Amino acid sequence: MLQYTIRRLIGMIPIIFLISVVVFSLAKLMPGDALSGKIDPLNSDPAYIEEMREKMGLNDPIHVQYIRWMSGVVKGDFGDSFVHKREVMELVGDRLPNTIILGVSALLITYCLAFLMGRFSGRYAYSIGDYLISGFNYLALAIPSFVAALVAIYIFSINLGWVPATGSIGSGVEPGTFEYFISKAKHTILPALVLGSLATASYTQFLRNDMIESSRKDYVRTARAKGTKESTIYNKHILRNSIIPIVTLLGFDIASIFGGAIITETIFTYPGIGYLFVESVNARDYSVMMAIAMMLTVLTLIGNLIADLLYGLVDPRIRLS
Amino acid sequence: MSVNTQLHKDTPLLEVKNLETAFSIDGQYYNAVDKVSFSVKPRQIVGIVGESGCGKSVMSLSIMKLLPKGIGKIKSGSIQFEGVHLEQMSDKEINSIRGKEIAMIFQEPMTSLNPVFSIGFQIQEVLFNHMKISKKEARLKSIALLKSVGISRPEKIIDEYPHQLSGGMRQRVMIAIAIACQPKLLIADEPTTALDVTVQAQILELLKDIQKVNDMSVILITHDLGVVAEMCDEVIVMYAGKVVEKTDVDTLFHDPKHPYTKLLMGAIPRMDEDVEVLSSIKGIVPSLKNMPKVGCKFAARCPQAMPECTSITPLLAETDEGHEVSCLLYPSSRPREGVQA
Repeated sequence: MLQYTIRRLIGMIPIIFLISVVVFSLAKLMPGDALSGKIDPLNSDPAYIEEMREKMGLNDPIHVQYIRWMSGVVKGDFGDSFVHKREVMELVGDRLPNTIILGVSALLITYCLAFLMGRFSGRYAYSIGDYLISGFNYLALAIPSFVAALVAIYIFSINLGWVPATGSIGSGVEPGTFEYFISKAKHTILPALVLGSLATASYTQFLRNDMIESSRKDYVRTARAKGTKESTIYNKHILRNSIIPIVTLLGFDIASIFGGAIITETIFTYPGIGYLFVESVNARDYSVMMAIAMMLTVLTLIGNLIADLLYGLVDPRIRLS
Repeated sequence: MSVNTQLHKDTPLLEVKNLETAFSIDGQYYNAVDKVSFSVKPRQIVGIVGESGCGKSVMSLSIMKLLPKGIGKIKSGSIQFEGVHLEQMSDKEINSIRGKEIAMIFQEPMTSLNPVFSIGFQIQEVLFNHMKISKKEARLKSIALLKSVGISRPEKIIDEYPHQLSGGMRQRVMIAIAIACQPKLLIADEPTTALDVTVQAQILELLKDIQKVNDMSVILITHDLGVVAEMCDEVIVMYAGKVVEKTDVDTLFHDPKHPYTKLLMGAIPRMDEDVEVLSSIKGIVPSLKNMPKVGCKFAARCPQAMPECTSITPLLAETDEGHEVSCLLYPSSRPREGVQA
């Protein structure tokens, strides 16, 4: 397994290299750069702007720019943000904890809901409860997250006043105290609920359909012939088989935990990676944008690897070598 | 032998009477098993023979109430096991019978074991279902069971998973599970069909040994008359959900009465004859939906069919002592005037 993991990690290097070319080219293809729009051309001397461009290396041939950027990336240096005047790594590092908190809570909500609903629907397929669950799932799938987010803010923040509508922490709370923790939780719960409950559809239906399929398998008949209780048949024999595809999805979700939710974070002005990404695209803050894109690439690749490793862990028929 | 044990020997362990099992097709129920009656005595091996689709598997599933939910159901008739009516039992009640009093092995050893659980778990499960037994005891007993079904290195196999075992070994594991609680009746539904010939012989030999050692009765479902000759005491020949002939194994092979049975016998290839084309029975079993409602169900394929065969339904009745046949060629099968079969 260790050997397999190392081999897979080495295999990622050319993919990462290729994607870096794509990410860099796409960033360069976007109209304008960090200097356009920011500096009023009526006030500033165009010659000065041009001089700045020259100084920042924006006029160099594209391959020179790429090599300069890439040589930094290899050392873990993504350069400075033009907008924030800080190192990109520092900026991302600031936002990452918020995004991870939000991502993990949303994912937990999704998995818990989907597990409970899927297990019920799979066992009592075509019952009223099953139809209600499907109804909820398809409704959640159909509602865009910005609509759900706005409705949730309107009800829970504005009308009921239970939780704050924006931000990730109240003003004036000391990190490390109990109030800090409560404030974090209060700020996270609403976007997490919106994100988490809207995403249940695929997981629920996955689990439901797999359970229905598994329940027709010969080994279920064998279990019945042994005098095994119906609840044990479902909770052990069938669920243990049907959980396999779900567990492997977890690997793919790892990138989404770090990637943040662009729309939801923006609506809640929640200072996470997704919000930062939108900000930097709008401000043409390429170094930040490219750093986030690269980070997601690597995380997706690692997520895939984790999915494969989990697969080998939960399914005895699969041995990785 | 005292009178008491004599009596005990003749009281059937399992008695099936007028069993009708129906399957739903497009919302309508059709009989897959049509008024079947038979009994199994203690220590007897009863063979049920017939083509694919003749209802033999459905009948065996009916006994354990393992019919697919919402699709198959027992419509009428009774299944008595040691005098208890199984057909009236709830799922919960019959769970105390399944695996303990009556056990079953299936046709497909490749898919009958759960792929994600170890062999040990799957044997121990049936022990835990029916016995108060510690984990350690269960493990030791599982190893002993594996050994008794002829698996070498049972200490190692117990921790392996089904995919690591061959088909023959998996069927041995299924047998180990089936005999774990020393059931009185074992239902073997085509236990060797999916295995290759040499393994088939080994598994049949094993079943025979185990039947003797455990004093069990066995219902052996097969389409292989060779297996029947080898193993069984009594034979039931089924066609399209009905019993067409029922007798002991010697009589069946020496004096088959029903045209269908005769044709089945004729279809067995013989070593001492050199033929170009193996004989076969023309046509197929009619599907449940197209089953004739009156008359003999075999009439359409029967070389000896008479005009009345499609209008009069033959009765299953004794022609000789202990030999029941359902065919209008024999006067005993003709329904008496005014009696609707």
